[in-house]
Order: sequence, then structure tokens, then C-alpha cells
Amino acid sequence: MLYRESGQFVSSYARDMRIFPLLQDRWAFAALLGVAFVAIPALASDYWLSTIFTLFLIYSVAAIGLNLLTGYCGQLSIGHAAFMAVGAYASYNFAVRLDLPVLLNFVLSGLVAAGVGLVFGLPSLRIKGFYLAVATLAAQFTIEWALVSFSWFANDNPIGAIDMPPMTLLGWAISTPRDKYLLTLAVTLVLAVAAKNLTRSEIGRSWMAIRDLDVAAEIIGIRLFRYKLLAFMVSSFYAGVAGALYAFCYLGSLEISAFELVVSFRLLGMIIIGGLGTILGSFLGAGFIVLLPILISQTLAILHLPGMSDLLANLELMIFGGLIVLFLIVEPYGLARLWRTTKEKLRLWPFPY
Amino acid sequence: MDELSFGMEVLVSGLLQGFMYSLVALGFVLIIKSSGVFNFAQGAMCLFAALGFVSFTENGVPFWLALVLAILMMTAVAIAIERIVLRPLVARPPLILFMATVGLSFFLEGLAQGIWGTQPHGLEIGIPDQPFEGWPIDVSRFELFAAAVALVLVASLVFFFHRTRMGRALRAVSDDHTAAMSVGISLQTIWAVTWGIAGLVALVAGIMWGTRLGVQYSLSLIVLKALAVLILGGFNSITGAVVGGLIIGGSEKLAEVYAGLYLGLGGIESFFGYLVAMVALFFRPYGLFGDEIIERV
Repeated sequence: MLYRESGQFVSSYARDMRIFPLLQDRWAFAALLGVAFVAIPALASDYWLSTIFTLFLIYSVAAIGLNLLTGYCGQLSIGHAAFMAVGAYASYNFAVRLDLPVLLNFVLSGLVAAGVGLVFGLPSLRIKGFYLAVATLAAQFTIEWALVSFSWFANDNPIGAIDMPPMTLLGWAISTPRDKYLLTLAVTLVLAVAAKNLTRSEIGRSWMAIRDLDVAAEIIGIRLFRYKLLAFMVSSFYAGVAGALYAFCYLGSLEISAFELVVSFRLLGMIIIGGLGTILGSFLGAGFIVLLPILISQTLAILHLPGMSDLLANLELMIFGGLIVLFLIVEPYGLARLWRTTKEKLRLWPFPY
Repeated sequence: MDELSFGMEVLVSGLLQGFMYSLVALGFVLIIKSSGVFNFAQGAMCLFAALGFVSFTENGVPFWLALVLAILMMTAVAIAIERIVLRPLVARPPLILFMATVGLSFFLEGLAQGIWGTQPHGLEIGIPDQPFEGWPIDVSRFELFAAAVALVLVASLVFFFHRTRMGRALRAVSDDHTAAMSVGISLQTIWAVTWGIAGLVALVAGIMWGTRLGVQYSLSLIVLKALAVLILGGFNSITGAVVGGLIIGGSEKLAEVYAGLYLGLGGIESFFGYLVAMVALFFRPYGLFGDEIIERV
């Protein structure tokens, strides 16, 4: 009754094409931004801000990146955490060696990751499907190895860890969890809107054509060479920025083990559970994968079984794996599809059709 | 010892290691061949099988009985996976199935370690990991034994696929699901059988690798090496799994030793196999022995 388009008229093409065509959606989105920018920083504790909200946003950025590549362009990657690592180490080097301003640092780190992504995207021109997926594992292991073996990347730190220097944005020192959260939120918002618009542009449509059938796409004149590599670059750019955010705003000090293979699988899990080929799905999936382990361990902690921490850790793993399987069986198209179905139902509510 | 025989020794030990990779890769090939599922949980199945076997023997069960029990256990696990995970996901996109097996591998790792604990176990199968005496180059008895096991396994699988009724049915299913069903082959039986065999292969691989590395969590990571073998050999070829294993095993050992010796780069074993596989894929995008997929619009 409340959520419907009747009475809302559009009088120009630009208005017809906007991201949220319904007034109610625009209000809801504005309210969401209000909550994210005002209510959460004001109300949430430092612990929640730094370990949950900031982490969620950073993973969302990385998941959007992977979704552009896998969900929109159809190129499977299971080495994406490595591009995050490239971004993190690049941002460290830019900060320590060149002392660049933070935002420029993020952009450049993203571009470095994009360059590396371009190189590892080259096999996609020849290899497809799961063969490509396994080939992207090469990126994961090669980059991990390179970052560990050449101590130059970690500024010759004896244990290979990187310690981010304090950051300032236009003279404003960003040190508290709240500041870091707000910076992450702003970057995430810009990147998410950019990704949404990218997918509605010619580039995004070409990617989707390639995903659906690359031979057909080539025949109608889409240059696979350009668009596949572009997808790898844009996707790695997002991963790189996410890595830089991870280093600066989440951990502050990290080792390469923060970006091991499991993280790549977690990213893949996010976009599949959230919904392939949707920007919203990247956020929902990131929320699911970030929050679920915390939720499970909190619930198990309430049960309070003394002396069984080993068993609990394994139980956590089992529940996590089991829920992924269960979720895929119940809703294989992801949380974003669930959300869309709900909205469609809501438009007709209280009538069934 | 001169230069050449040292090189030979490195190569032989790499090749024998390659046979052990093939053991893991075989499990993948079987499942891809018959049901088209890229089963990431194969490594977790190895861990599960090896942990189960070790705990049977440690509780005083004699070797052969433990083996039989472990086989029964893996068959049960495999059939349960087919029933609970795969059957509801039939005809879903391959990526969804892949993700389901990733979730499954988390589940199996948690289950195995929950039941049998997380501490590493030693495993002895009575064959020492020592070289023969009096041979011109050092060859480990255990590695030789593992290679023999891999060859026997491959030979019996090839025999099974080509000479038995069930094997022919399996090949028919891998060729065309619909056509196989129309001549009266039950897909569900076939899938249960395949997963059962994959569970068996996982047990063999788990015991071999468990003897080598100790039975512990890292067993489920050998799956990653097997993936390089898999793409090099081709997803749906048993021969490919063996040849791919030999190439990856041999080349990465040589690269590790000689890059360490002459270039001072350590640890390139961790990714060298992937680079080899990737270069090979540039020339043959479906692996050395994989079926070429002909694309039509």
C-alpha cells in the first residue's frame, strides 16, 4: 500500500534512468545513509565500529570488485585476496617512502593493484571457466611469495610485517575508530556508486554480454581483449583500495597472512551468497560472511561449555560451512534475489497479486 | 656425488612426489567426469579419511580391519554428501555447486577435527621413508611404494571404466546425462558410486600423504597442489592427472633446487607448479588431455 509507484510521474529520460526510480526507495536510501553517517558513529562503541562496521565496509569494497569481475564479466577469480595484499603493501610504501596524502595514496594503491591484476588477467583471453579460476590461484601464491621473499616491500622489516604510519586528511588526524570508520564509509560510498553506474554504462553492458556468452559478444563487436582486461583492472583496483583501507583503517599493522587464500574464498562466498551480478548483493554477502562467524561464536559462548574451546572452534567451522551449503540449497541466487522478491511482494501488499 | 646424479636424484624424487599429487587429482577427475562438479572438498575428504584411519589404528584396531572400516566410513560419507548436498542442487550453475563444495570442505574439516581432535598424528604403514642402499641414486622406498600404489589405482580405475558394466554406465553419464537416463541408467546410483570411489581415492591419498606429513590439518591443503596438476592434465582425464602430476612434481622440484642454488630464490615450490600449468594452458587451454569444448553461438 505504501510502497508503490502510482502517482509518481517521470518527465525526462534522465529521471527515468536514475538508480532509485521510486520515491520510497530514495527516502529509504537517504535514511540508510543517515544511519550510517550519523547514528552509527554516535551510538556504536569503539569495538563495534572498528571490528565490525569498518571490517564489513572494507570487505564490501573488495566484494564489489570481485563481483564486477565474476558477477558481471563472468571471469572466476579465486586469487583476489592477493590483489588486496598488493594494495595494502603499495599503500604502505607510498605512505612510508613518499608520504603521499591519504586519498591520493588510496587511488595510487588501487592503480598498482590494477596493474598487477592486468598481468594476471592476461590468461583470461585464452583460458575459461574453472581452468581460469585455478590459474588465478597462481596470482595468489606468486604474489604472497613475492611479498614475503623480497623484504623491500615491507621496508626491510625483520618479520615482514608492515606498520602503517599515522594518517592525516587535510590536516585532520584520523586516529580514532570513529574517524577511520567515517573515512572508510565515505570511500565505500563513492566506490559503490561508481560501480553501480559503471554496470549501467556501455562497459557494464559489454561485460554482461561477455558473461552470458563470450563468443556471441565477440560476434556483435565487443572487443574481448579490451573488456576482459578492463574488468580485471577495475576489479583489482577495488581490491587494492580495499587492501589499503584494511591496512590503514582496520588493522594498522599487518602481515601477509591477513590476505591468505581463505580470504579469497571468503570473498567468493560473499558474492555468491549475496548475489552474483548485483552491487547490493556484495554488501549483503559481506555482512553475512563477516557477521556470521561472530554471531556463531557469540551464540556458542552463551552456551558456556567450559574446557571445550577446541570443540567450539570446530563446531563454528561446521556451522559456517553447513550454513553456506544450506543457504545455497534454499536460495541459490543469493540474498539480493531475496530482497528483490520481498520488494515485489511489498508493492502488492496486502493483496497477493 | 657429481652434478648429474644429483640432478637425477632431484628429478626422481620430484617425479615420485608427482605421483602423490596425482593421487589427489584423481579424486577430482572422477567427480568432474561423472557429475561435472568441481569438488573442492576433496582435500577435506582426504583429511577426514586419514584422521579416521589413524584413530582406528591408534585405538588398537589391526591395520587391515582399520582399512576396511575407513573404506566403509568414506563410502557412507560420500553417499551422504551426494544425498544431502548435491541432490538438492542438481542442475544449478557450476559456480554454485563449486561454492557448495567449498562450504562442505569447511564442514568436513570441522567435523573431522571435532571428532578426532586437532593435534597431529603420526602414521606408519610399515614402509620406511629411507633410500635403498647400494643404488646409484637415492630413491626413497616410501616414495616408490606411493608411486606403485598410484599406478595400481590408475590401472584399476581405467579397467573399471572401460571393462565393467558400471564403468561403462559411468562413462555414458559423463558423456550425456539425458541420453544416459533415456537408456535406463539411474543417475543417482551412478553419482553415489562415483562419490564412493572418490571417497576411496581420498582415503588412499590421505594415508599416503598422512604417512609423509603426519595426519593434521595441512593435509587438506595438498588439494591446492592437486589443482595445478588438474588444470595441466585436463579436468576430465585420468591419464592427464598422472602425466600432469609427473610434470608438476618433477619441474617444481628442479626449479626449487636449482633456483635456490643459482638464483638464491627460496620457496618457489609454492607457486612454480601454477606457472608451469598456466604456460601450458596458453598452448592447450583445456589441459594436455582434457576434452576440448567446442563453442557455438
